[in-house]
Amino acid sequence: MSQNIAPPPTIDSKFILPFMNATRNVFHKMAGVATTIGKPYLKTDAANTACEVCGIIGFTGQITGSVMISFSESAAQKLVEAFAGVKLAITDPDFADAVGELANMVAGSAKKDLGALASISVPSVVIGKGYIVAMNRNVPCLVIPCSSPLGDFAVEVSIKRNPGD
Amino acid sequence: MKFLLIDDSRTMRNIQKKVLSAIPGTEFAEANDGLEALCVIAATPGGFDLMIVDWNMPIMDGLTMVKKVRETDKKTLMIMATTEAEKSRVLDAIRAGVNNYVVKPFTPEGLLEKVNQTLAKAKAAA
Repeated sequence: MSQNIAPPPTIDSKFILPFMNATRNVFHKMAGVATTIGKPYLKTDAANTACEVCGIIGFTGQITGSVMISFSESAAQKLVEAFAGVKLAITDPDFADAVGELANMVAGSAKKDLGALASISVPSVVIGKGYIVAMNRNVPCLVIPCSSPLGDFAVEVSIKRNPGD
Repeated sequence: MKFLLIDDSRTMRNIQKKVLSAIPGTEFAEANDGLEALCVIAATPGGFDLMIVDWNMPIMDGLTMVKKVRETDKKTLMIMATTEAEKSRVLDAIRAGVNNYVVKPFTPEGLLEKVNQTLAKAKAAA
């Protein structure tokens, strides 16, 4: 008896460049920081063991899913300080606000180049050690590693174009 | 000159304040969303000279707020400052009644230029 096995989900390659460009643009204009983009790879483990801060933006419309920017605490503090212009403790509500706004701008800036209509959510921010952000199992997550003079971070893209749109 | 900064991100409002403080004689009020902005406007005698409005905000978004303001106020200058950069979105904002549009991310110089451009155009038209 034969079984119909669905092919593994793949990420649309047209999604990658907008997020790379958006990341460079946002961190350059808003934080004055040059970002080097590394080689993207597919995420196979939901745990973000090296990350302690992340900003998450949801996508709805012709494109659905979510995008996350993940940082170590040290990188987040330095990049937030460069963006906000003031040093903020990780427990300060303005710290989470700044992380959320960075994620908002990366997602929003990439959105216009995705070739489809979509809306983005207000950001959610997670701070802590050893968290797991469970994305949609049917949508692969592409990790775009980024490095800067103030620390490394990653942009994790887990979005798909809806069939028929 | 009285500015109203409307954005659900306090970080963004602080950045805008810092940049626009370069304009002499500026005073700032702030709102976290469109509904709060309408309350601030109603409670401010004489209103504002210019508002900078974010689009995506909880409770009431910026586009809705712009439309509500323009029901009774055709004069106050409004600049939409948002990540929404698609042509259709820009046209929606212009049709709603904004005077100018700045896309996030922006440089401090870019924001200041848009504000000065908006103020100069209004002065020339007066």
